[in-house]
Amino acid sequence: MQTTSEQSHHGDVHHEELGFIRKYIFSTDHKVIGIQYGVTAIFFFLFGFSLMLLMRWQIAYPAGTENFKPVPIVADLIEKMLHAESTSMSDGVISSDFYNTLGAMHGTIMVFLAVVPMAFGAFGNFVVPLQIGAVDMTFPKINAASYWCYFAGGIVMVVSFFLPGGAASSGWTSYTPLAVFATTGQTFWLFGMVLLITSSLLGAVNFITTIIQERAPGLTWMKLPFFVWAQFVTGFLLLLAFPPLEAAGVMQLMDRLAGTSFFMPSGLVVSEVLQEQYAGGSPLLWQHLFWFLGHPEVYVLILPAMGIVCEIVANNTRKPIFGYRSLVYAVLSLGFLSFIVWAHHMYLTGMGTVISTFFQTTTMIISIPSVIILTVLFLSLWGGSIRFNVPMLFALAFLPMFGIGGLTGLPLGLNATDIHLHDSYYVIAHFHYVVAPGTIFAMFAGVYYWFPKATGKKMSEFWGHVHFWPSLIFMNLIFMPMFIQGMAGMSRRMYDGGAFYAATDDEIGLPMSVIDLNVNITHAAIGLAIAQLPFLYNLVSSLFKGEKVGRNPWQATTLEWVAASPPPHGNFEGGAPTVYRGPYEYSVPGAKQDFTPQNEPDVK
Amino acid sequence: MDIPYTVKPRPDTGLYNAKIGIWLFLASEVMLFGALFSSYIMLRAGAEPGTWLTNQLQVPLGFINTVVLIASSVTVVYAWANLKMGNIARARFFLLVTIACGLVFLLIKSYEYYHKFSHHHYPSTDPYWALYFTLTGLHAFHVICGMVVFVYFWGPGASMWKTDPERYTNRIEVVGLFWHFVDLVWIFLFPLLYLL
Repeated sequence: MQTTSEQSHHGDVHHEELGFIRKYIFSTDHKVIGIQYGVTAIFFFLFGFSLMLLMRWQIAYPAGTENFKPVPIVADLIEKMLHAESTSMSDGVISSDFYNTLGAMHGTIMVFLAVVPMAFGAFGNFVVPLQIGAVDMTFPKINAASYWCYFAGGIVMVVSFFLPGGAASSGWTSYTPLAVFATTGQTFWLFGMVLLITSSLLGAVNFITTIIQERAPGLTWMKLPFFVWAQFVTGFLLLLAFPPLEAAGVMQLMDRLAGTSFFMPSGLVVSEVLQEQYAGGSPLLWQHLFWFLGHPEVYVLILPAMGIVCEIVANNTRKPIFGYRSLVYAVLSLGFLSFIVWAHHMYLTGMGTVISTFFQTTTMIISIPSVIILTVLFLSLWGGSIRFNVPMLFALAFLPMFGIGGLTGLPLGLNATDIHLHDSYYVIAHFHYVVAPGTIFAMFAGVYYWFPKATGKKMSEFWGHVHFWPSLIFMNLIFMPMFIQGMAGMSRRMYDGGAFYAATDDEIGLPMSVIDLNVNITHAAIGLAIAQLPFLYNLVSSLFKGEKVGRNPWQATTLEWVAASPPPHGNFEGGAPTVYRGPYEYSVPGAKQDFTPQNEPDVK
Repeated sequence: MDIPYTVKPRPDTGLYNAKIGIWLFLASEVMLFGALFSSYIMLRAGAEPGTWLTNQLQVPLGFINTVVLIASSVTVVYAWANLKMGNIARARFFLLVTIACGLVFLLIKSYEYYHKFSHHHYPSTDPYWALYFTLTGLHAFHVICGMVVFVYFWGPGASMWKTDPERYTNRIEVVGLFWHFVDLVWIFLFPLLYLL
């Protein structure tokens, strides 16, 4: 690490007098990088959410029906900012191409630019080195490079909205051959993805090395907080699952720019014209490579969330986690199994019943470790004297919400039922229950929980409640009706929200009662947007006038609470703490208080 | 503030940081090339019987390149071994030989590309050529990256030998591991593209 000549020594920690830019912008300190990741991810959360609000408006009030209403407030702005009206909006009508763009970019932004950077980049960076008692990540400069690759990838994605033809519009999965014929936005999407993959590769190498090498003295593997285990497995998922998508991205770029036929089959006809330039490729190949990433990616989204929830549950039930070892072995097997379930996203492609059966079997098997983790967290509540503070509320809400998301996944994992449910709103409801009231609630829990560590101030409990209860209600009002819509046969990705397939007196179709739910869902989505305002207000106002706290405001046991709030550069004054005990020693009989920090020696 | 185990191995893991880092990176590289090799298998298995191109490349040129790359993997080990024995001058000589081998490899590869282009074989011609150019192109990109690092450690980077010889030696070991991997990829590419 580069140091300036002015150094003062406090124990082993060097306080480096860096300028503002080196300290807060191009910093190599894991805590600053973690916060950079977090702030950027929150921006992308809001951005991705706004795209979805536009889509919801179109679905609820589709053009060409009697329900039509023009997009309010932002219509003029979007029309002025974006390129041609055919690919954006005119007179408050979202064009069908623009709708496709919104869908593709909502998925891309939420998965790759919001949730992963928040769960892995922000929480991982800020918390993991503190929890293992390290001075920093192993490779601080690579850590900074990881953030700036992510930032550049984000810029590329945002800029692509302003291209002629707009941003990528072939779904977040970019299925070929559609994506190969798409406008320039798709090329930007691929370049953006290469940058994002590079970012998570650098991050993954750094995290795994840090956890292996930088653990404090005495911190053996089975004394690691579960959050660290979760990030460790997540690191391996990112490390091994992303490169195949990078390879696939390179091949799709070749198809688009060099005219190769990796994913382009012989005899392809587009708009009644035979595409003779393409021959011999395989569209299925893209799907295999994409979902080889795509399924482990699901666990990248959920494992850090489970880690956060575990920390908060242990802290607020004031008792040890029930079955810590089961948790660890479950998360390890989850990580391994997540690599052999990918083709359950592809039952309808005609890849063959034998292969489908294999993936159906592995999919059923992978539900076991997931259920173990959730059961362990539920059982940990048993007999605890629970403190219902805001982080705990979000963590508790995570449990049933993730439960609903997980269990509704089972019918999708079974071949026979998936034929009906595939690509319907049921799927949307299923994975959003996992990621939105699941992962995102865990992210909120984490923000409320570690905010005092990052800033030395506590977030307001009152505004936390104002944030939590409406969010919980609106989340369910949004996604629960989608199960009904999906089971009734409503397909996803429909521009008019299914109005075209409405049942009439003579024809069988979607019942109007199901289509009408679209309006309720859109209202709930707007409600959810409003419910995030108290959070943003709380986040900013607590920075300035939040209640000041000491090192350990939650009376927790893990090592991050040994450091000062906020921790200085180098984290622990006087060097790394020595660890004597497991991560969750709460309410130990005979102890002088109801929590025994990991660095407290045994009394002889 | 110093990060521990940057140079000396951590006693219980027996490894210094960068060595774990490079092995993890190589694991991800295996997945990257693994995906491309899998694509080769899937496209070849899915091709109309009898349409897959074979015997398109000049085996002697590919063979020479294989020998050149294996030789460069040996010389980089010599460079590292000489650093271990404290002989920086010989180490830099072997680094130079490694760089020269990489250059020879790229020159032969360029000639092959030129030859194919002049016979109107382009990536867009056929899935075989698409795979050939993508796989060898990505491999050549790795060769170039390795050479850039070698040039840096041969030239300006070598000044670290005076201040921190052990760390410099580790750096050569780490880039050597990467170089062996690039070599290994070629050892798979040669039979796949030239012989099968």
